Amino acid sequence: MARELTSSVSPPRAAEARDGGRAAPGHARPPHWRGRRARGWFYVLPALAVYLGFAIWPALNTLRLSLLTWDGILPPTWAGLDNYVEIFQDSALYEAILHSLVLIIFFSFIPICVGLLMTALLMGKVRRGMTFFRVVFFLPQVLPLVAVGITWRWLYSDSGVVNQFLDAVGLGAITRAWLGDYQLALIALGLIGTWVMSGLCMMLFLAGAQKIDSSLYEAAKLDGAGAFRQFRHVTLPGVRREITVAGVITTIAALASFDLVFVTTNGGPAGQTNVPGLLVYRLAFNEGDIGGASALAVVLTVIVVAVVSAVRYFTREDES
Amino acid sequence: MRGGVSLRYGVLVLLAVMVLVPFAGIILAALHPPGSQLNGLSIPDQWSWENFTLAWERGNMTALMRSSLLIAAFVVPLSVVLATLAGYGLAILRVWGHRTLSFGFVMGLTLPMELIVVALYFNLREVGLTNSYVGIILAEAALFMPFGVYWMQTHFSSVPEELVEAARIDGARDLVVLARVLVPISWPAITTLSVLYLMWSWNQFMLVLVMMQDPDRRTAPSGLGLFVGEHTTDIPLLAAACLIVIAPIVVVYLLFQRSFVSGITQGAIKG
Repeated sequence: MARELTSSVSPPRAAEARDGGRAAPGHARPPHWRGRRARGWFYVLPALAVYLGFAIWPALNTLRLSLLTWDGILPPTWAGLDNYVEIFQDSALYEAILHSLVLIIFFSFIPICVGLLMTALLMGKVRRGMTFFRVVFFLPQVLPLVAVGITWRWLYSDSGVVNQFLDAVGLGAITRAWLGDYQLALIALGLIGTWVMSGLCMMLFLAGAQKIDSSLYEAAKLDGAGAFRQFRHVTLPGVRREITVAGVITTIAALASFDLVFVTTNGGPAGQTNVPGLLVYRLAFNEGDIGGASALAVVLTVIVVAVVSAVRYFTREDES
Repeated sequence: MRGGVSLRYGVLVLLAVMVLVPFAGIILAALHPPGSQLNGLSIPDQWSWENFTLAWERGNMTALMRSSLLIAAFVVPLSVVLATLAGYGLAILRVWGHRTLSFGFVMGLTLPMELIVVALYFNLREVGLTNSYVGIILAEAALFMPFGVYWMQTHFSSVPEELVEAARIDGARDLVVLARVLVPISWPAITTLSVLYLMWSWNQFMLVLVMMQDPDRRTAPSGLGLFVGEHTTDIPLLAAACLIVIAPIVVVYLLFQRSFVSGITQGAIKG
C-alpha cells in the first residue's frame, strides 16, 4: 500500500487533471451527477462543523481572551496588549520560550541525525533481523508520553539506571539526580525527546529511501563510491523531503511539549525546565490568569508557525 | 567487507539496547516487592507480581480503562467516518471551494493544543460539556480531523478516475459510489487511520487533564499522570502502573505494526 500511495500524483495536480477532463465537450453525464459540487457540501459539512466548533472556534476565542484580564469567574475587563507586553517583561515567561527553542536541538536536530544513521544501517539488501530493529526503534513513538516520563524520571534518579551505568564505567564522580540539576535538567529532559523521536525520523527516512531508484546506487558503485559516499550522494538527497517533514513534526513536538515536562520535572528545578505549554496550563487552570495564558498560547502558535516555515525554507529543494 | 557487516550489526544492537533499556528497567522494577528501594537495573531477589494488582486497585484502573476504552470507542469510528465523508467530498465530488477547505484543514495540523485548550475549556463550561465524555469525544474528533481529512483526501485522489467514472455512468449515486466502490478498495488506508486515531486517543493527556475533573472518568494516561503525584517514591508500584497503561497500545502496535508505520510515514510525507 505504501508504494501505491507514494507513486500517486499529489492532490492539487490530480485535481487539475480531473477538472481538465471534465471540461471536454460532448461528454454526457448522468443528470444526478451534475449537482455534485453543491451536494458535496453535505459530505464535508459534518467534519467541518466539528472542526470549526471544537478547534477553530476555541482557537479564535483564545485570541480574544488574550486581550482580556480574566480570572475565569468575575466579568473580564479589557486589557489590550498588556498580556503580550507581560510575556516579554516576565523573565519566567520568555525563558520558557527560550527553553522550548533549546528543546528543538534534542527533539528535532539530534533525532534527525540518529534517524539518518539508523536509515543508513538498515538500508540496502534485506538482512536478517532488520524488521526487528525497525519495530524496536519505532516503539517509543507509540507510548503515551506520561508513561515515558515516569520511566525516565526513575532512570535519571539518584539510584537510577543512568547513574548505575556511569558508576560501572568509572564515571561515578559525575553521577547526580539529573532532572534536579540546575544546569543539566533541560538537557536531560531533551534527551528523553531524542529517545522518543529518533525512531519516527528513521521511519520517515526509510519510507523515502525506498523510493530512490536503485540504478542510482548501481551508477554510484560503478563510479567507485563506497557505502558512505553512496549514502552521502544518493540517499541523503533522496530523502530531502522526508527530512523536511521530520523537521516539521519534531519541531512542533518540541515547542508544544507538555506531557513529558508535566510528569518529569513540572518545570523545576527553579523554573529551569519551564516550557510554554506548562505555563499556559498553570496560568489558566491554577493561577486564574486566563488572559496571560491565552497570550502565551498565541505567542507560542506564532513561534510554531514561524519555525515550521523556517524549517521548510531551509530544507527546500532548489527550484532551478 | 566482513568487518563492515559486523560493525553495522554492532551499532544496530547498541542502538536497540539504548531503546530497550528503559523497558527492561521498568519491567524489572515492577517485579520487585512493593515499596522496595531499587538501585538501577537489578534482578529482584524474589519475583513479585503483587505490584500489578496493587497498582490496578490504587490507581483506580478499572474506571480509567473503562473511560479510555469508551472514549476511543466513540472517537475512532466518529472521526474515521467524518474524515472519509469529507475526503470524498473534497477529492471526488470536488465541492465548491474545495481548495480553500483543504487548506483550512491542513492549517489545523500546525495549531498547538495549547492554543485550543484554554478557550475550549471555558466554551465547553458554558454549555455544560466539561467533565463529560461527550465534550472530550467531540474535542478529540476535532483535533484529529485535519489529519484524517487530509489523509482520506490524499488517498481518494490516488484512486484511478476510471473506477469512479464507471460507477457514475452506471448511474450510481454519490453515497453508493462511496460505499460500494471507494470504501471497499480503501480498507488499508482506513485501517491505518483507525489505528492512528486509536493511539492518539489512548495517549491524549493534556485535553483530558483539563476537561475531566472527575477522577473516576479520567483516561488511563491522565490518571497515571496524577497517580505519580501520590506515589512518588514507590517505584515498583509506579512501574507496574506504567506497564498497565502502555500494555494495550504496545499490543495494538505489534499487531498492526504495518498500519502504524505506513500511516505515520505516508500521512506525513504528503504534507
